[in-house]
Amino acid sequence: MNASQSDSPIEFTLFVNGDPQTLISPCTVADLLEALEMGGHRVAVAVNRDIVVRSRYKEAELADGDRIEILEAVGGG
Amino acid sequence: MGTEVKTNEEQGHSAWKVGSFEFQSRLIIGTGKYESFEQNLACAEASGAEMVTVALRRVNFDAAKGPRLLDVISPKRFVILPNTAGCYSADDAVTTAQMGRELLETDLIKLEVIGDERTLFPDVPATLEAAKRLIDDGFTVLPYITDDPVACQRLEAMGCPAVMPLAAPIGSGMGIRNAANLRIILETVEVPVIVDAGVGTASDAAVAMELGATALLMNTAIAHAKDPLKMATAMRLGVLAGRAAYEAGRMPKRLYASASSPLDGTAIF
Repeated sequence: MNASQSDSPIEFTLFVNGDPQTLISPCTVADLLEALEMGGHRVAVAVNRDIVVRSRYKEAELADGDRIEILEAVGGG
Repeated sequence: MGTEVKTNEEQGHSAWKVGSFEFQSRLIIGTGKYESFEQNLACAEASGAEMVTVALRRVNFDAAKGPRLLDVISPKRFVILPNTAGCYSADDAVTTAQMGRELLETDLIKLEVIGDERTLFPDVPATLEAAKRLIDDGFTVLPYITDDPVACQRLEAMGCPAVMPLAAPIGSGMGIRNAANLRIILETVEVPVIVDAGVGTASDAAVAMELGATALLMNTAIAHAKDPLKMATAMRLGVLAGRAAYEAGRMPKRLYASASSPLDGTAIF
């Protein structure tokens, strides 16, 4: 893969909550949430352990092999 | 109106504070183990709780189109206290806390770093480490901790605005296992002491409050009662009764009887 291909769509695989997911590059956190139909939901996102704040969803680009954790609030004590 | 129960405020109980929050209710409840969000909400309302804990877990995409916990247990109605339940390291607890802050836009965190699967007792050194890192990061850290006065003292010294010693293992319903340690903790630290975990029924709640605990956090005792809604009410009353008794100051115990009726004027037949 050379630099001239980097702007054209490329399939890549990342892990969402532990499950492999194939996406087309370029893909941001916002694109991923849209693809997962999570757009309107109250979630928190970490990429490779780093929190991505909501204001950065549209600029945070995902890369091959990224490990994404998408969490929500559930019942607990 | 013989059965009407007055609120804390009407009875003259003092409000209590943690961080920038002020509460009238001294009962905090969890949101786990309920049959439905609706049952959870009804119990939360019956308990009088103003703050509820929630856990943070991976989104279940299969169920994602149904109602979510926060649609029913609304942040507009309750102060939401995210927890780090299920974390076994300081690193995981810190990351989970940061995700809770992002998700709920709150600096409050119930810090829980577990050291043992069977007892769910806290990992004390890891809890201290995580508390330090979270306080440095601007969190209002409410740490779940062993009923150890020294650990509580350390947490207070590093800036926790409350400590939350356990009464018994989480979900055990064993009640107040070590009242003496709780009393020592209450005499050792100046920050609010929230007894967290282990109560089983309303008398346990009353005992904790009579000892002088500032507040009580519980989940299973309500959620796993045969009638959770009725138990939520019982817990509200138990907390109120225990707190009122603490403020009233109990009579001293004595070994022998002391007649309640006057001895003077007793008839001689």
